[in-house]
Amino acid sequence: MQVNNNFEPVIVAFCCNWCSYAGADLSGTNRLNYPTNVKIIRVPCSCRVNPMFILRAFQKGADGVIICGCHPGDCHYTSGNYFTRRRITLLYSMLDFLGIERNRTRLEWVSAAEGAKFAATMQQFTEDVRKLGPNRRLEDLRCRKQ
Amino acid sequence: MQEAMIKRAKELLADGTVNRVIGWKKGEFFYDITPAVFETAEEIDADFVFDDFTSANVSKYLVKESKKEGKILAFLKPCDTYSFNQLIKEHRVVRENVYIIGVPGGPKLDIEKIKAKGITGVLGVKNENFTLKIDTLYGEETMPFYEAICGKCADCKSKKHVIYDELIGEDGDVLDSNRFDMVEKLENMTAQERFEFWREQLSKCIRCNACRNVCPACTCEKCVFDNPNSGVENKAASDSFEENMFHIIRAFHVAGRCTDCGECSRVCPQNIPLHLLNRKFIKDINALYGEYQAGADTTSRAPLNTYDTEDCEPSIVHERGVE
Amino acid sequence: MQRIGVFVCHCGTNIAATVDVKAVAEALGHEPGVVISQDYQYMCSESGQNLVKDAIKEHNLTGIVICSCSPRMHENTFRKAAASVGLNPYLVEIANIREQCSWIHKEIATATEKAIILGKAAVAKVHLNAPLTAGESPVVKRALVIGGGIAGIQTALDIAEAGFDVDIVEKEPTIGGKMAQIDKTFPTLDCAACILTPKMVECSQNEKIHIHSFSEVSDVKGFVGNFTVTIKKKARFVDETKCTGCGLCTEKCPMKKVPNEFNMGLDNRTAIYIPFAQAVPKVATIDPNHCMMLKTGKCGVCSKVCSVGAIDYKQQDQFIEEKYGAIVVATGFNPIKLDKYDEFAYNQCADVVTSLELERLMNAAGPNGGTLLRPSDKTHPHKIVFVQCVGSRCDDSKGKPYCSKICCMYTAKHAMLIREKYPDTEVYVFYIDVRTPGKNFDEFYRRAVEQYNVHYIKGMVGKVTPKSDGKIDVQASDLLSNEQLHIDADLVVLAAAIEPDKTARPLATMLTTQMDTNDFFTEAHPKLRPVESATAGIFLSGACQGPKDIPETVAQGSAAAAKAIGLLCKNSITCNPCVAHSDELMCNGCSSCEKVCPYGAITYIDKEFRMPDRTTAIRRVASVNPAVCQGCGACTVACPSGAMDLNGFSNSQIMAEVDAICK
Repeated sequence: MQVNNNFEPVIVAFCCNWCSYAGADLSGTNRLNYPTNVKIIRVPCSCRVNPMFILRAFQKGADGVIICGCHPGDCHYTSGNYFTRRRITLLYSMLDFLGIERNRTRLEWVSAAEGAKFAATMQQFTEDVRKLGPNRRLEDLRCRKQ
Repeated sequence: MQEAMIKRAKELLADGTVNRVIGWKKGEFFYDITPAVFETAEEIDADFVFDDFTSANVSKYLVKESKKEGKILAFLKPCDTYSFNQLIKEHRVVRENVYIIGVPGGPKLDIEKIKAKGITGVLGVKNENFTLKIDTLYGEETMPFYEAICGKCADCKSKKHVIYDELIGEDGDVLDSNRFDMVEKLENMTAQERFEFWREQLSKCIRCNACRNVCPACTCEKCVFDNPNSGVENKAASDSFEENMFHIIRAFHVAGRCTDCGECSRVCPQNIPLHLLNRKFIKDINALYGEYQAGADTTSRAPLNTYDTEDCEPSIVHERGVE
Repeated sequence: MQRIGVFVCHCGTNIAATVDVKAVAEALGHEPGVVISQDYQYMCSESGQNLVKDAIKEHNLTGIVICSCSPRMHENTFRKAAASVGLNPYLVEIANIREQCSWIHKEIATATEKAIILGKAAVAKVHLNAPLTAGESPVVKRALVIGGGIAGIQTALDIAEAGFDVDIVEKEPTIGGKMAQIDKTFPTLDCAACILTPKMVECSQNEKIHIHSFSEVSDVKGFVGNFTVTIKKKARFVDETKCTGCGLCTEKCPMKKVPNEFNMGLDNRTAIYIPFAQAVPKVATIDPNHCMMLKTGKCGVCSKVCSVGAIDYKQQDQFIEEKYGAIVVATGFNPIKLDKYDEFAYNQCADVVTSLELERLMNAAGPNGGTLLRPSDKTHPHKIVFVQCVGSRCDDSKGKPYCSKICCMYTAKHAMLIREKYPDTEVYVFYIDVRTPGKNFDEFYRRAVEQYNVHYIKGMVGKVTPKSDGKIDVQASDLLSNEQLHIDADLVVLAAAIEPDKTARPLATMLTTQMDTNDFFTEAHPKLRPVESATAGIFLSGACQGPKDIPETVAQGSAAAAKAIGLLCKNSITCNPCVAHSDELMCNGCSSCEKVCPYGAITYIDKEFRMPDRTTAIRRVASVNPAVCQGCGACTVACPSGAMDLNGFSNSQIMAEVDAICK
């Protein structure tokens, strides 16, 4: 694979308001660095993340999408993240089935206390996506190879 | 079979049990069959058919038809009964307004497979000991019966009627089908190979919406793709990404609800194997959350509307198969 | 046409040091719809807020974006500011450029670039914000306290004192809880019964307090201000309204060999029983597992001797439904079971007891009338070994990872009381640490060591072995002198860890409250909201939230009561307007949303619609109760047609943010 050193991936992170968004805030409070590539979108619960949002992000040029929510069992809404887990597992499996690189999508449970985990996760994810290069496959899927 | 069905339909119309019948009628060509609603015995005598080409699933039509006045008689093949049951579960049909007669299923024939053999001007077909005798404008042709059957029948999952008021013919059993073979084959390819496969297939899409319109699980009052407020509205694709989005979202929206009736692939004018997307979800659901057949009953919870606290993590995608 | 104002905060140098705030304001000023874009040193200060307010008035703004710290910090501040000048508070969006930008990035150029993108996303979102009005829902002026120990008692008394009706649901036949079993209390050594029983009596006499003893909560529905709770009153086979508590039945009952739970099974009670003399309510209860009449239909003695005809062998469990505005959980704790601790021979030797058993052994109302005797042979023990941290601060699966908090102090109390009453007894305490943070606690412990000569030995007990002569060999290590010790003890007392009551977890599920991995209820904020659960209207009192001693429990019980009273004082409460709503024209009525709703907020109605061809059709459509919906959004994804959407986080708003970020 061609490695483009100037490639800066666009990363969208969906974070639930109660745990992961607070975890992201905590990594800020603790001045834990992670790449500027990551832009966070706040949602009330990870279960608010519609697969359409993920595909939309890829459509509009995102190179990686990560969803963060409360740990299973700790959902502010009791069960939201359990639904997230099923939906996102199936969606990611489908993207994999279509031949999209697995490392472009991720789901991580980050509690409000896990600022360090949040930063480390974002660093790792950004690196993984950077290695993959720009997201071409989802876009190319429809265009027959000339 | 056709005679028995016509006889029974006329009886039920005559005694007032029903005031309409949904079945099939011929189109321009004899193999060109579409679902149709009949209101009189005369109409039935004139046009009602049930033969090797009546593969269309009429369940979806009952969403609208069952809400009309009076009761309608529906002839449902085994696979159609699953779709109908699923629609009951989702409150999309009024069960009391439908009189269901279970009729035997396929294997039905696919005219495209006959044409693919270079056989044209087809006037009629006859199955003799699993050899298809084809009467054409240019004389008689033959081909093995099993090479002409439609894709969804080749992978038939069940010959059992899961819902009916009466049966014409025998009821069958749930089959031990190998319908997931192709999904598995794809899973065992590399990501690059899978990507190439789907690029080849999805690039054929002309976004005609036939798959959506025929799908008995796609009965939304207003589809997100037709809704300007959904943010994904798009009838004709504006950029190359739209088709992918459309097919992935469509498969996701019917995940856990799709009965695997195979209509999407049957009607695709571009012969895209769309059912593989649905089957991928079904296979994953079976493997990860326990065997589940949508439409097999009307009470169980759809797998995406429930959960187990011990469910696997999405990272399982990384642990399985080939990257 | 939207008129949007953007306000970029420097936060002193917190933001301005790594983000070029002027550049951010400049860039966002060019975004569509933005009519004013300003920066200021402290936007949350009074003058900063005035700047925002003035701009709203002057430019007649239809929406504002504040680029500042986390919305978790100041979203409410700016919403209030906007509302004060007539802009709907939900037309305010925050771009988090501090916690999620300036604080984590070092390079000004990239940090500024990111801040601009975050600002653009907020502008894109605010374009689609709709003014939302918070609904109101009435508050039922009645509280439920679950658990009738000292925590629940204190909470109930305080709520009743404020003039509200309060129900106590207690699963045992009497209120009182663990404190009723305790002999003396540290650090004052006053008698537990003497301070508890008057409070129990107060509960029974207060006309605002209604005690449902021998009862359990079996279902909870509803939401803050308006809970509907089903209480299961277990059949006690005695009519509570008739029983006078005379106790004649308990004297005459022929079935006298039932282990007495109140005395930790150290003596026996009858099949019909009153747990202890000061029980509230003082009503007999028949134990169906041991009553001959209920098991075989032969006996009926109690029924014959009861002069008021209170015995009712045919009594059934009864379910009552009641509405409450607030619920306080006070389910308390239990010592853990020590079955897995073979090394301490708890199951093998009657003279190895837990601390709570020792309380009963020493209690004047206990099995020995207050004389400390060995359970095995009823002789005076002369050498007693206390083992601390049995199951507390444990890494393995047998015990608990946390400190049970009360053991150090009650052990010092036990040691002191024994030395006081039986000076000829030698007392050893094996400990890992002695923890005495609390008013007069360390002084108390030092008295045990210095004045009462209790032998405190830092070290762990390795093995306890009962010997044939009735003595117990305690093998332990003294970490300070680095010696192995063998003590021939007469009695060994284990300070068993405490754990939340087993009823807590199913209750948490019913209440939709959070619990930690140890089954303690989780407070809404560990420092600032210690007695509230994260679920509105549910409060926490006592050890159900974490190990506590009595003074702390009472303090927390009163605090929980104060919170509950604060809620009950209101006639109505403001609801969160960021709730789901269904577009009836698109709804299929498929029930997917209902299945994923954790609050039961969605119901279906058959509604008549006018069709395009002028006919009417009846369709089943979803309807969300905005007072019940908490706004998680699970339904919005379950809905295939997209009919279900969420206020404040709508599909189009989130997609606009996605677009702005990915552009």
